[in-house]
Amino acid sequence: MTLARDLRRSFAAIVRQDVLRAWRRRGQVFAGLLFFVIACSLYPLAIGPEARQLRLLAPGMLWVTALLASMLSLSRLFSREFADGSLDQLLLSPQPLAWLVLAKICAHWLTSGLPLMLLTPLLAQQYGMPFAAAMGLAASLMVGTPVLSLIGAVGAALTLGVRGGAVLLCILVLPLCAPVLVFGAAAGAAADAGLPMTAELSLLGACLALSLLLCPLAAAAGLRIAAE
Amino acid sequence: MAIAAAVPSEAADTCLGAHAMGVSRGGRMLLASVDFELRAGELLQLHGPNGSGKSSLLRVLCGLLPPASGEVRWNAQPVRAGDPHFLPTVAYLGHSDGIDADLSAAENLRFAAQLAGKTAHDAQIDACLDALGMGWAAHSPVRALSQGQRRRVALARLALLPCALWLLDEPLSGLDEEAAARFDILLQAHLRRGGMAVVATHQPLSPPGRILRLDA
Repeated sequence: MTLARDLRRSFAAIVRQDVLRAWRRRGQVFAGLLFFVIACSLYPLAIGPEARQLRLLAPGMLWVTALLASMLSLSRLFSREFADGSLDQLLLSPQPLAWLVLAKICAHWLTSGLPLMLLTPLLAQQYGMPFAAAMGLAASLMVGTPVLSLIGAVGAALTLGVRGGAVLLCILVLPLCAPVLVFGAAAGAAADAGLPMTAELSLLGACLALSLLLCPLAAAAGLRIAAE
Repeated sequence: MAIAAAVPSEAADTCLGAHAMGVSRGGRMLLASVDFELRAGELLQLHGPNGSGKSSLLRVLCGLLPPASGEVRWNAQPVRAGDPHFLPTVAYLGHSDGIDADLSAAENLRFAAQLAGKTAHDAQIDACLDALGMGWAAHSPVRALSQGQRRRVALARLALLPCALWLLDEPLSGLDEEAAARFDILLQAHLRRGGMAVVATHQPLSPPGRILRLDA
């Protein structure tokens, strides 16, 4: 009983702490969101106002841009903690490290993936997507963006303290995110065509389940190596 | 009587040992064979020039760095990385303070307590900051504090969390005389309670204790 309570407490403490930290440095969070908004607004300008074409491209483009925007915030997942020594304190906590890493990933999603998801229905309007389809696209992001945070955490842990880590991080993580991108964009396209999106969402859910299981363990191992 | 005999007396048994322990960093062997045993209430000072392996030795002792050879033992049991029996007893303070610059001193300490699975009340946190002369800065962001003041906040963590073993890396760096004296009081109280401490330092500490001299 006390073990479960300690686990719950430490999880809540890390999530609260990290969200508070992100709020104190909200400039970084807003910069990532602004990148998402601007990049999504550039496509219609470049492609032209042809409504049918825009609508056809919308799910894929919004998904690619969301993926790139979430890359921007990944390098700050552990780098501050690494620099100021609090990573050592995290490693020396008696709670299982993978669990604490999962809490950090959860906080990262709350401050990066969740706002992206909330912005998407709004941005989809620029592509002339109907409201129901835009909500379907947001649903695919809701299942997909946690996977991006989870996979990204492994990359962030492995590139910690490496020179030029941010670029290496993208090279490492982007290919691994390809399945999420494929299923996510397909779910968005299905929603736009008015087809059921159960299959795509199930596949995204399977990706989420698998990465929930594996990624915290891998990221924890990466952090232990980085701390040596 | 039988029950009393069956329960091991924790204070008497606690002991940290290094057995033929080798320390290497980045492929370079720093220390070939370190042997010592530390019992309740004892202090071990690590002296030695820069680069002699003091910090690495401390990181090995707390399990952040695996030993190149030999082993660390806690209560005669070998310690592995992430050992759930060993970690709750260890307070480690490295070169960097381990506090977040965007949060206040009190927020940092409260989080440290929660991470250790404990709850700290505001009064406790204020008392610990007071012990290091930082009570006035409890609610100002750490960003506004000087290097020495940040170090004091980091040391207040030791006062807040009762850990049996302190592993401190240059705890006095950046501290003025007044703060050094406050740290001294803290350390002596810890040792009197039966705590242990391994401290890497360039300034000799006043509590009586053994000195391990490391040569480059």
